[in-house]
Amino acid sequence: MSGPDEIDFAGYSCPAPLRDSSQVILGHGGGGALSRELIETIFLPAFANPQLDRLGDSAVLDGQGCDVAAALAGGGRLAISTDSYVVRPLFFPGGSIGDLAVNGTVNDLATSGARPLALTAGFIIEEGFAIARLADVVDAMARAARVAGVPIVTGDTKVVERGHGDGVYINTAGIGVVPAGIAVGAEPIRPGDVVLLSGTIGDHGMAIMSVREGLAFESEIRSDTAPLHGLVAAMLAVCPAIRMLRDPTRGGVATSLNEIAAAAGLGVEIEERSIPVAGQVAAACEILGLDPLLVANEGRLLAIVPEESAAAVLAAMRSHEHGLAAVTLGRIVAEHPGMVVMRTAIGASRVVPMPIGELLPRIC
Amino acid sequence: MKHLSEYRDAETARRLAAEIRRSATRPWAIMEVCGGQTHSIIRNGIDQLLPPEVELIHGPGCPVCVTPLEVIDRALAIAARPGLIFCSFGDMLRVPGSRENLLAVKGRGGDIRVVYSPLDALKLAREHPDREVVFLAIGFETTAPANAMAVKLARDQGLANFSMLVSQMLVPPAIEAILRSPGCRVNAFLAAGHVCSVMGTWQYPALAERFGVPIVVTGFEPLDLLAGILAAVTQLESGRHELENAYPRVVTERGNEPAQAVIAEVFAPADRVWRGIGPIPVSGWRLAESYREFDAELRFGVGDLTAVESSLCRSGEVLRGSLKPDECPAFGRECTPRTPLGATMVSGEGACAAYYNYGKARSPGGEGSESR
Repeated sequence: MSGPDEIDFAGYSCPAPLRDSSQVILGHGGGGALSRELIETIFLPAFANPQLDRLGDSAVLDGQGCDVAAALAGGGRLAISTDSYVVRPLFFPGGSIGDLAVNGTVNDLATSGARPLALTAGFIIEEGFAIARLADVVDAMARAARVAGVPIVTGDTKVVERGHGDGVYINTAGIGVVPAGIAVGAEPIRPGDVVLLSGTIGDHGMAIMSVREGLAFESEIRSDTAPLHGLVAAMLAVCPAIRMLRDPTRGGVATSLNEIAAAAGLGVEIEERSIPVAGQVAAACEILGLDPLLVANEGRLLAIVPEESAAAVLAAMRSHEHGLAAVTLGRIVAEHPGMVVMRTAIGASRVVPMPIGELLPRIC
Repeated sequence: MKHLSEYRDAETARRLAAEIRRSATRPWAIMEVCGGQTHSIIRNGIDQLLPPEVELIHGPGCPVCVTPLEVIDRALAIAARPGLIFCSFGDMLRVPGSRENLLAVKGRGGDIRVVYSPLDALKLAREHPDREVVFLAIGFETTAPANAMAVKLARDQGLANFSMLVSQMLVPPAIEAILRSPGCRVNAFLAAGHVCSVMGTWQYPALAERFGVPIVVTGFEPLDLLAGILAAVTQLESGRHELENAYPRVVTERGNEPAQAVIAEVFAPADRVWRGIGPIPVSGWRLAESYREFDAELRFGVGDLTAVESSLCRSGEVLRGSLKPDECPAFGRECTPRTPLGATMVSGEGACAAYYNYGKARSPGGEGSESR
């Protein structure tokens, strides 16, 4: 290679980092100026709240809309939960990974009867992911947090090499407080207890599937992703001793009911005719050879309630925006312990088994 | 769900079931051939509406169940090749080969895609011209037209990176093999409605006549199945053995002739091994000579790969209807849906998997093995 005999270094300097990169690069996770810039331009404006704005290594929940001490006063108990979110596509009809990351953890807290107080957010981003796309994810997450009324008070960002991630993964953890006097699960499930379901099933899973498989319907199937702590609070207000609450996410209603049957050591009996399935969802399941009972939900609630409170709880559900289509799904029975049995539409009965693993469409 | 709910009406179902109860005076064993029918029977609990005289035997019509072990092993060998995209219908992923299944290959980094149609595999071949794309073409006469069409299109579009591992099976030779097998208990057949929608019904009158069995072409909805069972019982009780079409809204005598033409162009008759049953002469299709360039077995040199079934697995007797799943010594012990020895325990349509769940219902709280 030919070149000048002597290089004059005078006037040279290290190149400044590219400030207006349109893609996430490894340096964005390095903790230096690039990290700071990502936080200041993307995360802080979206999530804005007093705890986060201090940018401490941890958030101290000392009032300002998030006072744990006050919530615990009088016998409240602390609840904590965490979940990680990986979904493709990142955006789908009715929601996005950001909505799931907020609502999923909020719902995990809500099913133990807790009022969620604060969330954390950890992002693992793949090198090369578009910053504009990241901003969309973060905005969706911020919107979901505002709707839920739960601030995101601290967070973390890591960047992994291209090919070692799938765009973006999000982990959220949440803390909440179970108010004094609320005791979900304090009384064991008994035969005669009623199984309530807050709305149609399979919407989320089929929204994702129909995008992936390119199924087009007259109107698109939308995910049901929603925060359920408001609905839970309304139910607990009329029945503080709800026996059990579950959000039937992966594995669907069939998995949750089997878990309930196993935990209670009792049988669960449901009516196929009572299962609410939206027309488009039923059609998509029919085409893909899937059982709606096995398809994921992200904004539905299963509740086991004492028989004498069932009507009141159902009424409370139906008067809440996330429980308008609530139904009585079935009953707890002493027979066939550990098993879920469904009375089919034609009047026969069959076992609803626990699904084994990944949901695999049938060939015929 | 218009056009489906009318075939799921509880009142009509009760009426048909009552009519079957009235008609059946002696024990009859009726085999539903198609896995889709087995699935519908289990899912809707149709077997429980029947009187004790009428026994349903789940036949060898689940394409996942009857795909021979060596085809799975060949698929595994091809799918493990670096850089290759292997496409399959979803429920084939869990079927055990000699040592592992496609999910395990996927877990190790194999690029295995679940597709709903061979045309999706063609699309992948177009999008990745630098990579080999292989489609695992299993199934009966129902999947054959689309699979044949995909190969034809691949040639028309010059997609040299596309190939197909073919294991196409045919229903009528299997019915004949069952009828010829020693100890065959089947008194009547429900023929698979969708197979007949493609191939027509013209092959069946001779079978019904030669073996003296009623063959009723039957659909898949609860009322279709009950109507098919009633027609079979009525024939048996009156000593008749004819072909009867109880699914006329879909099936005609001649079938779908354009589909048959594509099949005839792309595929050629072949002997096939059926998992659990063994070899049946001229019981399937392979790619015709003129389309051999798309044969994945030749392209990847896996045609010589052979395999031996687990000696514990007696799925063959189950598929022939001579052994009930819960009579197998391995049932619920060595063999469960989580650790299947044979394909009848894998697929939701498989007789053993269906029995496993049903058996659990009969022995509250226990594993399936306790139901014996």
